Amino acid sequence: MVTAEQVWDVLSEIPDPEIPVISLVELGVVRDVRVEDGQVRVDFTPTFLGCPALEVMRDAMAEQIRALGAEPEINVCLDDSWSTDRITPEGREKLRASGFAPPAPREATAPTLVKLQSNAHRCPYCGSTDTRLENIFGPTPCRSLRHCATCRQPFEQFKTI
Amino acid sequence: MNELEQKLILEIADDELVLGWRDSEWTGIAPMLEEDVAFSSIAQNEIGHARALYELVARELGTTADELAFDRSPDEYRCAPIVELRLLDWAQTIARHYLYEEADAIRLERLKRSDDPEIAGLAAKIDREEAYHRIHAQMWFDRLQGEPRFAAALAELRPQAAVLLDSELRGAHTPELPELWNEMTMVRRSQPAGTKW
Repeated sequence: MVTAEQVWDVLSEIPDPEIPVISLVELGVVRDVRVEDGQVRVDFTPTFLGCPALEVMRDAMAEQIRALGAEPEINVCLDDSWSTDRITPEGREKLRASGFAPPAPREATAPTLVKLQSNAHRCPYCGSTDTRLENIFGPTPCRSLRHCATCRQPFEQFKTI
Repeated sequence: MNELEQKLILEIADDELVLGWRDSEWTGIAPMLEEDVAFSSIAQNEIGHARALYELVARELGTTADELAFDRSPDEYRCAPIVELRLLDWAQTIARHYLYEEADAIRLERLKRSDDPEIAGLAAKIDREEAYHRIHAQMWFDRLQGEPRFAAALAELRPQAAVLLDSELRGAHTPELPELWNEMTMVRRSQPAGTKW
């Protein structure tokens, strides 16, 4: 009989398809796991709605649960429950170590250009906060592009959601 | 979700799908690399929003998001004419982007206050992504403000933006929609029903 702990364990081994340094559990997209009569129900809360990795994540979770000998049901939660605040501290450190600046905490009000252009964003390479917004958008919907004036390194900054 | 809400969600989904398609036409040919990246990302987000909104209605109607998005005839779409236009002029593109985001923010605020927790929840999620579109649109508005070409584009498109917030004004389409529909549904129509991607 499969337990919820076993399911969490296998899900925490699945890498994010686009940023494989962190797992789906570290990314915070697994909201709940319930096991009933050999059926495993996972509440999956997507990151960005247009993210092409969502399907890959869903299929990978289903496959790993089947490998445990249980029938998966992946319930996609179309609500506001995912936030970049759900990325675990370990996940954030792994992101930073790979050159992705982790997202700033979510605030009560929506982000503004003034905030994005402020010096509150730290370079993941040298730690300087003398960084400049180059583009609100980047290679995937979840990232912006910044440039560090201290070490002259361009880097990707996670958007706060 | 009542019938009125279903209708409203479909209108917004159609707007987002068609605009996402039009925005994606800048991929590779925008005036600068940063905007190539920005419009590609915005397009991806809008189509993602369309999909989630179709999904919500599809659950109610016992159908699928793909069927709603691609299996209707062009005259069954409820999108506003402003999103159908193939704009190859940057000033007009930014004018539409600005006007669209302005109207979209208003209707998302309304949806966030819906009594239906599914509608309110999805609207809140979409709004967090749209916040970045609004910053982008505002940045360009500030940059182009005072330019005659941009002022003319805004004046031309502003009356059409009113349709985005009024269901009663919807139903008419531009002659550009059938051709767009043809492109949008081509892959889907070329595959036998039940094909899995």
